[in-house]
Amino acid sequence: MTSSLDLEPKPAVIHIVRTRGDRIFRGILIVGGLISFLVLAGIFGYLAQSAAPILKAFGFQFFTDSSWYVGDGLLPSEGSMDPPIFGILPMLWGSVLIAIISVGIALPLGVGIALSIVYLIPKRAVFGLTVFIDLIAAIPSIIFGLWGFFVLIPHGVLWSAWLNEKLAFIPIFNVEFPAFEQSPFMAGLVLAIMITPIVAVVSRQIFSLVPPELINAAQALGGSRWTIIRDVVLPFSKGGIVGGAMLGIGRALGETVAVFFVLQLFFDEVNWYRILESSGGSVASLIIAKFGEASPLEVSALFAAGLALFVVTLLANAAAAVLVNSSKGKK
Amino acid sequence: MEASIDTATVQDGQLLTDVAHLEARNINVWFSGKHVLSDVNLRFPKNSVTALIGPSGCGKSTFIRTLDRMHELIPGAQLSGEVLFNGKNIYGPAVDPIEVRLGIGMVFQKPNPFPTMTIRQNVLSGLKLSGRRVRDEDSLVESCITRASLWPEVKDRLDSSAGSLSGGQQQRLCIARSLALDPEVLLMDEPCSALDPGSTRRIEATIRELSESMTIVIVTHNMQQAQRVSDQTAFFLSEEGEPGCVVEFGPTDSLFSAPNDPRTEDYVNGRFG
Repeated sequence: MTSSLDLEPKPAVIHIVRTRGDRIFRGILIVGGLISFLVLAGIFGYLAQSAAPILKAFGFQFFTDSSWYVGDGLLPSEGSMDPPIFGILPMLWGSVLIAIISVGIALPLGVGIALSIVYLIPKRAVFGLTVFIDLIAAIPSIIFGLWGFFVLIPHGVLWSAWLNEKLAFIPIFNVEFPAFEQSPFMAGLVLAIMITPIVAVVSRQIFSLVPPELINAAQALGGSRWTIIRDVVLPFSKGGIVGGAMLGIGRALGETVAVFFVLQLFFDEVNWYRILESSGGSVASLIIAKFGEASPLEVSALFAAGLALFVVTLLANAAAAVLVNSSKGKK
Repeated sequence: MEASIDTATVQDGQLLTDVAHLEARNINVWFSGKHVLSDVNLRFPKNSVTALIGPSGCGKSTFIRTLDRMHELIPGAQLSGEVLFNGKNIYGPAVDPIEVRLGIGMVFQKPNPFPTMTIRQNVLSGLKLSGRRVRDEDSLVESCITRASLWPEVKDRLDSSAGSLSGGQQQRLCIARSLALDPEVLLMDEPCSALDPGSTRRIEATIRELSESMTIVIVTHNMQQAQRVSDQTAFFLSEEGEPGCVVEFGPTDSLFSAPNDPRTEDYVNGRFG
């Protein structure tokens, strides 16, 4: 019995000997990884700590109410005669709405630019075009804000009026008051121009990864340029394009000063879908608009708003990761 | 070269006096100005299998791509000459290259099913890419996969990804995918070079079966394969600094057993290449 037990095969324990260089390299990588995690956790912790007084006083209503009333700057528990009411739903939803609008415009535009660069435009012209697109990405956002305010809005008002006149039967183009100046649509347009280069650059790299033998196969099967792009290139690149769009959404959610110039913040009611109306929200613009002369309690509320934006951005990125992975899994 | 064709005609009159289904006339090819293929004249009778053999770099893969207008898709590629398909020049001024590629299918060296599509979608991909419809997709899928000798292995998983198949199965799926467009000619560019012997044998059997209803041209490095599957063989050679050309063309049996040109004899006996 004992002898047969001895003969039973057992998995061997393999000892890994690491050289010194290997150990140092491993150490550097682990420390680097931990630092990025600690920085993220630290930011989150600081935001949460600064936001705590407001979150304690208002609870979850802070995220679901529609109001930005400063009052006398004291909490009821501190004996306030005129208590403040803070609720950031219009700002939170506004951020999401303008991000959706901007990506809705920038995604087809950026993907189209990338397809032209990879499949249509003569190679000699590509260099100039890519430099040009990279330059758009390098323009400071304050320039976009000023441009939006002085150049885009005067024209955009006319486009908005036209859209409203012709397409008002579609709810998103309907308005309660025909004032179109600083609408989510304008903010979305400005942001779209800012994130189109991101989408274009990422998509272009993804398209150049499509194996040439798949293109060859599609050509041999009688594919035209359009059907090859539709049936082979785009399905293959789906995950990467979603990734590029999510980078764009991240930028759109966080963009501050460009949006500040072209969007009328409206605190008392959520503008759910009327994108042409001159009332909207953006957490980042809220912070820049109020921070300068805020009371200590209001600063805490701004931190809480920042925390909410932080969480929304993280969720958007997580959703992107899930989307990208699930499209990879199907391959 | 002309002489060898004449001899072949005498040796196997029946094969070569048939009306050619596909015929290359005076094909010359350049890449960025460099002459790589010189004056190729080959006739492919209906329902014949033609092997194109020769050492690497002799231009046989380049040549096969001229037969369905895939050649011109390579940047810098140029060509002169005619390719007659059912008597009509596919390089004629009014010819749509996409129409040509629908009548003349191609299978590549490396199996290249579309990884984002299922097995079934791969078979139907040519229809989608060329904007065509069929009434009964299911029976088309079954008949194409069956003709490519793959049906028993995949019939229960038509909706799984093409990437889940082995290399040999993927190559047979690529054949099935070409068959779905019902081409009259199938061009195969070293279809077995990436496959194991078992898969190679299956593909060769498939080629023999398909040749009952279609004309096949196959590039191969494997001389045994050429002897096993083909009716006629063309030996390509590119001598140092010279563009490639056809040294000898004739019925496979006589080309291998009694070659006319000493270079052919050296090559088929494995003395070079």
